[in-house]
Amino acid sequence: MKLSAETLRGIDEVITHYPVKRSAALPLLHLVQEDQGFISAEAIEWIAAKLELQPINIYELVTFYPMFRQKPAGRRHIKVCRTLSCAIMGGYRTCAEFQRQFGTGLGEVSPDGEVTVEFVECLASCGTAPVVMIDDQLHEKVDQAKARELSDRIKAESRATAGTR
Amino acid sequence: MPSPEQHRLIFRHIDEAGYSNDLACYVRNGGYEVLRKSVLRKPEELIDEVKKSGLRGRGGAGFPCGTKWSLVDRKSGKPIYLVVNADESEPGTFKDRYIIHRDPHQMIEGIMISCFANKVERAYIYIRGEFPEGAKILEKAIAEARSAGFTGPNILGSGYGCEIYVHRGAGAYICGEETGLIESLEGKRPYPRIKPPYFPAVLGLYQCPTIVNNVETLCHVKHIADMGGEAYSRIGTPGNTGTRILCVSGHVRRPGYYEFEVGKVTMGQLLNEVCGGPLPGRTFKAVIPGGSSAKVLRFGERYKGKRKAGAEMVDYDWGVEDIPMDFDSLAMIGSMGGSGGVIVMDDSTSMVEALGNINAFYSHESCGQCTPCREGSLWMKKITARMVHGEARPEDGPLLKSVADQIAGRTICAFGEACAWPTQSFIAKFGDEFKGYAEAKKAPRPDGVPELV
Repeated sequence: MKLSAETLRGIDEVITHYPVKRSAALPLLHLVQEDQGFISAEAIEWIAAKLELQPINIYELVTFYPMFRQKPAGRRHIKVCRTLSCAIMGGYRTCAEFQRQFGTGLGEVSPDGEVTVEFVECLASCGTAPVVMIDDQLHEKVDQAKARELSDRIKAESRATAGTR
Repeated sequence: MPSPEQHRLIFRHIDEAGYSNDLACYVRNGGYEVLRKSVLRKPEELIDEVKKSGLRGRGGAGFPCGTKWSLVDRKSGKPIYLVVNADESEPGTFKDRYIIHRDPHQMIEGIMISCFANKVERAYIYIRGEFPEGAKILEKAIAEARSAGFTGPNILGSGYGCEIYVHRGAGAYICGEETGLIESLEGKRPYPRIKPPYFPAVLGLYQCPTIVNNVETLCHVKHIADMGGEAYSRIGTPGNTGTRILCVSGHVRRPGYYEFEVGKVTMGQLLNEVCGGPLPGRTFKAVIPGGSSAKVLRFGERYKGKRKAGAEMVDYDWGVEDIPMDFDSLAMIGSMGGSGGVIVMDDSTSMVEALGNINAFYSHESCGQCTPCREGSLWMKKITARMVHGEARPEDGPLLKSVADQIAGRTICAFGEACAWPTQSFIAKFGDEFKGYAEAKKAPRPDGVPELV
């Protein structure tokens, strides 16, 4: 597995934060997923070896914690809050709009590989519902019109990158 | 009665123009002066101030903070850990988000005073995975504070040292439960531990004595150390001291965060005056007062009984609007203040569908360790989803209730109650709506009413 020098530095640093190596399992999973885009079988073995654990000790985390994925997501990851405060303000419609814009099913990578649209549970910004996270950025009060606007921006980005290729 | 003014203690600077989350701004506003004074005091004195303050935990249970601290095993010879619960995972709650993002140094100062008081030399901030930017802000703030001598070795020349580390979760609600959080911090699945024997104060992180406090609670500690426990206890109401941040979401004109002295504002004042009342043409139907696991309140119902007023017992007869927003009053009428997340639903909302939404949440988030919760939350979700998307039967309400009744009290952690209470209270208060749902759903969905399941 090839990790960037920066990721490797981050990994060695974060292990020092704990008196017990196993505690670094979640931080390592985050770092590896940020680097690789997902957690592969190889990554599970690598992290386990790094922390002197068995692969099952890492695998059981990947299957439990919703934020870790075993397959790559689209170029942009759209996470729409599904929970009550967002739902009563139209979260389901927001989610459907993103799916329509990219012609994709829930939790799937869109046919063009551009996005993954996913429902997630409470993002803790209920006062500005409905909310959406696109990668690491929170977007507030995302009604259907704003979902279209955000989708257009993502589409424009991908056209721009395609142009420079 | 007009609503009282907000009393912004924790959120004093949150919306201030020009206030930024860096160290220079915090110090310009008098930041870290309380820590400077605190490290010159005896740690026991600070614990006493917190006890005197009457501060109750702001994460959900409302447990007295001073009592929590005094239960810590200080004789074991093992290190004592402080773990900051920044998981903020109870639906409807969004107060810690603003502290973390906009005033992180207030939180760090509170943490350091609490660490000094409890002789903690290592603290972890467990922040939910969904706050990636918040985690970066905290890491930057800790680095700034460390280079200025407010954390790290030899804090402000006192000879006392303490390191703070940020630890990111990864999207699991159960990590807000303190023993689940500890398991997660140890690099495991966050299966809550059974109490006894695993009380964090004795056998917590790495089997060492551990204090787990909510972000807002630790911010209050800073203000208690500043003004003294006694002065703090005069804010709010007896037994419900200080201020509290109420997070209002859903069907009101001005949702958002509002900080009041605890118990000084009623639900009616909060929703009608502070939040501007219901949306145009609508009326309030139901409100969940303390995060989605708190029992729902129905507008129009009355709560009667006797309550303590000073030394006397007096009768009370309240509507939802009359309930003071404090821990004891909300517990007295059969719900809870919980995490301060107030979720409002108006007459456009179907209670069956709202419960279906909540059940989907708890089913997704049950850790699966205890059978009644794992299976029960799943079946409650399946029944409500079938009612909405398939066939609804008049006996579904009692069936849901019977499933819920078999969960609460039969699990290792309070998630069992958290997932049972919504179903129990929705059926108790809106039973007719469940009974009549099969008929009601034949009518076309009115324009603008969103799907919830």
